[in-house]
Amino acid sequence: MNSAYDVVRQARSQDKVSTPWLIAQLLTHFHELHGDQAQGDDPAIIGGVGLLVGQPVTVIATNKGQTLAESQACHFGCATPAGYRKAIRLMQQAAKFGRPVLNLINTPGAFLGVDAEYQGQGQAIAQCIMTGVSLPVPMVSVIVGEAGSGGALALACGDRTWMFAQSTYSVLSPEGYASILWRDGQRAAEAAEHMRLTPPEILADGIVDRVIPEVTDVPGAQQLGAELAATFTTLGELPTQQLLAARHERYRNFGVDGLQE
Amino acid sequence: MSKFNPSDRAQLSARMDKIPDHLYMQCPYCHAVYYHAELTRFGECPHCGYGMRLRAQERLAMVADDFEQRDGDLTLTPAVTDGAYQQKLNRAVASAGLHESVWTGLAHIGGYAVALGVMDTHFMMGSLGRVAGEKLSRLFALATDRRLPVVLYTASGGARMQEGLFSLMQMAKVAQAVADHARAGLLYVVVLTDPTTGGVTASFAMEADITLAEPHALVGFTGRRVIEQTLHVDPPQDFQRAETLLRNGFVDAIVARSDQKTYLVDLLRIHREPEVAHE
Repeated sequence: MNSAYDVVRQARSQDKVSTPWLIAQLLTHFHELHGDQAQGDDPAIIGGVGLLVGQPVTVIATNKGQTLAESQACHFGCATPAGYRKAIRLMQQAAKFGRPVLNLINTPGAFLGVDAEYQGQGQAIAQCIMTGVSLPVPMVSVIVGEAGSGGALALACGDRTWMFAQSTYSVLSPEGYASILWRDGQRAAEAAEHMRLTPPEILADGIVDRVIPEVTDVPGAQQLGAELAATFTTLGELPTQQLLAARHERYRNFGVDGLQE
Repeated sequence: MSKFNPSDRAQLSARMDKIPDHLYMQCPYCHAVYYHAELTRFGECPHCGYGMRLRAQERLAMVADDFEQRDGDLTLTPAVTDGAYQQKLNRAVASAGLHESVWTGLAHIGGYAVALGVMDTHFMMGSLGRVAGEKLSRLFALATDRRLPVVLYTASGGARMQEGLFSLMQMAKVAQAVADHARAGLLYVVVLTDPTTGGVTASFAMEADITLAEPHALVGFTGRRVIEQTLHVDPPQDFQRAETLLRNGFVDAIVARSDQKTYLVDLLRIHREPEVAHE
């Protein structure tokens, strides 16, 4: 049986499909749109438009990079404020044209750095979350590998969140958790057991909606594409008010089971 | 006793014991040492104006005419707290005299009715968990329902790690309540106080219509130590202080405690609802 830390390792694996590869399989006529139109273009967030089984969609994905040079430019999938502002811009553009948004997530977390702080990392994530929860078009997020902290949540505030079978979602890395709570970063494996960060645990906690089979090849990607298209069709049939009311319920109820007056 | 007969260690220590503690204080920001009576009545350093961390009650006394607390008894069910976390919570309740890291309720500020929230770092560093998230969501929902402005004082170390993903989800949950309130055309003023960091900065602390900050308050996303240890850099001393955020465009104004009430009353007057004006 896999330990929780095995799942962490698989979520971080180099062999996992990349988000650019997934975009290429899922969409036809994809065109990447660059930049936040304020400060720059963060390669850690790829965004663009294309057709998903014939439907126009906007796609926003974190990118870890394929080569060392790419990975360094992408900060290994850690987005800067410019990346989150690009995501906000593309979400708003999707809303204008009434097309759904697909987010693909594989990030250890938001980029940490002095410049990122100066550029308002917290503000950029906060605004991305607020844009997501109130976006008047369907939005589905798929966690492909790691989904760490606010940097992942920023792209997971829509109507559905799905997880690959070998992926994780957590408030911070098991290493960070062990170092904060037990002052010992070496106890990451033990932390992983504690954190409920594996897909079945998160599904049981009601935080994600589905655990989907790990996509490793073209037929797997086609299957995912068909299911995403069907979900967008179903969500798209709801009047906007109803879509937003359902999303409201979804977020309103996070955590209330554990409360008492 | 003469200089040829110096006091021994025990005599010195006996004399030291007669001096009351805390007569002299040191500012954690500018490190100046000052006599305790020099601290302003708003708890600010007489040299640099840094505001000492306040308890929620002290904050309320400074800003609100009156306060009717809401959801004060909301707690976690025993089923969701493991032993270590429950012990930590019990200790926090005992030492802080609060049930959670935020007080929420209805208040008046200079006669204007508001929904008011005050975070308190004395309770588990003001961290955001399920209870605080629910209280803040209810506060914004109540304000939306009654068409009230929200005034929120933030002070937090960020997400409450013990609650894992549920704590992360509170960022989205509160953000949604803020978005509903915003869509209703209502005013949200935040006052960033020392320290406001992590998941609180990355959600409702940075979603207000008007963002005020106290002098020298630390406001940031990633903690300084994490940046230092991960990147092996030494950021400038003030890189996450209110003045830097003002210069970089993320804070509307820095307002000293002595001016805050007047400032808030002006904002409430400027944004008051027309039907209230006709009453």
